[in-house]
Amino acid sequence: MNLRPDVLLAIFCMALATYAARAGGYAVLRLWRPPRFVEAMLTHMPGCIFVSFILPSVAAGGPWHVLAAGVAVVMMVFTRMLTASLLAGVGALWFMLG
Amino acid sequence: MSASSPVTFTWGGFYEGFRLVLPLLPSFAPFGMVVGVLSAGEGLSLLEAGVMSAMVFAGTSQLVALGAWGSPVPVLAVTLAVFVINMRMAPMSAALAPWFNGLQGWRLWASLFTVTDHSFALSVNEMRRGKRDAALLLGLGVPSWLSWVAMVCLGHVLAGVVTLRPGHPLLFAGLATMCALLVTLWRGRGDMLPWGVAGAVGLTVQAMGLGQPWPVLAGALIGSAAGAWRDRSRA
Repeated sequence: MNLRPDVLLAIFCMALATYAARAGGYAVLRLWRPPRFVEAMLTHMPGCIFVSFILPSVAAGGPWHVLAAGVAVVMMVFTRMLTASLLAGVGALWFMLG
Repeated sequence: MSASSPVTFTWGGFYEGFRLVLPLLPSFAPFGMVVGVLSAGEGLSLLEAGVMSAMVFAGTSQLVALGAWGSPVPVLAVTLAVFVINMRMAPMSAALAPWFNGLQGWRLWASLFTVTDHSFALSVNEMRRGKRDAALLLGLGVPSWLSWVAMVCLGHVLAGVVTLRPGHPLLFAGLATMCALLVTLWRGRGDMLPWGVAGAVGLTVQAMGLGQPWPVLAGALIGSAAGAWRDRSRA
C-alpha cells in the first residue's frame, strides 16, 4: 500500500490536465460572450461529439464491431431501454466473435 | 434553452440524476476492471490505482497513460497524452453552459469535475427538455465516480485471477452504451446534416492516421459548424 512520489506527481499532473480539459470549455464561455454562430454550433455539439467519437472507434474494431453497434442502436430505437440495448450490443459481438 | 427560469440546485434534482444513471453503472464495470488489472501490471499499488481513478476519473485517458507508464514515470508524456485524449470534454462543458451559468463556488467546481461522456448525454437531454435543476449533474456524477473507483480497485485486487484481455467482447460495453445514448440525442431530421458531416470528418481524420482525440475534435467542430451554417441560411 505504498504511494511513491513520482507516481503521485504523475497522478497529480494527469488530474490537473483532465480538469483543465473538462472545465476549460465552459471557462472560456464564462469569460467571453460568443458570437451567435458559435452559440448555434453549441446546440449541435452534443450529437456531433458522440457521432465523431463512436464512428471511428467502432470502425477501427472491424465489421463485427460495426454490426454490434448497429444492433445496440436499433435496440435503443425500438425499446428506448439503455440496459437492454447495451446488453444486446455486447451480446451480439460476443456471439459473432464466439 | 432560454434563461427564462433560474437554475436551481436541489436534492430532488440530485435524486433524479441518481435514478437516471443507476442502470448504466454495470456497463462501466468491465472497463474499470481492465484499468485496474493494467495498473497492477504496471506495478501501481492498490492505493495508487485508487487515487489515480479518483482524481483523474477519465477511463480512456487512464488506459492510454498506463500504456506509456514506466519507472520512473514519464510525467510529461503521460500528462500530455491524458490532456489530448480528454480535450473532447471541453466542448461538452461549453454545451452545458446554461446550467453552469447558474452555479457558483463548490457547486460549479464539483459539477465541472463530474462531466463524462455518459453524464453529458443524459444531462443534455434533460436540459433540452427544459429541466433547470443543475444538481442532476452531481446526481449522475457521484455514483459514477464511486463505482469507477470501486471497479478499478476490484480489477487491481483480482489481477492475476481474471483475464480480461484487450479485445474481449465485454469491453464493448462502453461503446455500446454510447451508441444507445446517441439515439437519445437525436432530435429529428435536422440532425442529419451535422451528424453526417461529423461522422464523415471523424472517419476521414482517422483514415489519415490520426488517433483520438483528433477525429472527435475535428468531427465535432466541423459537424456543428455545418449545422450552424445551415440554421443561419434558413433563418
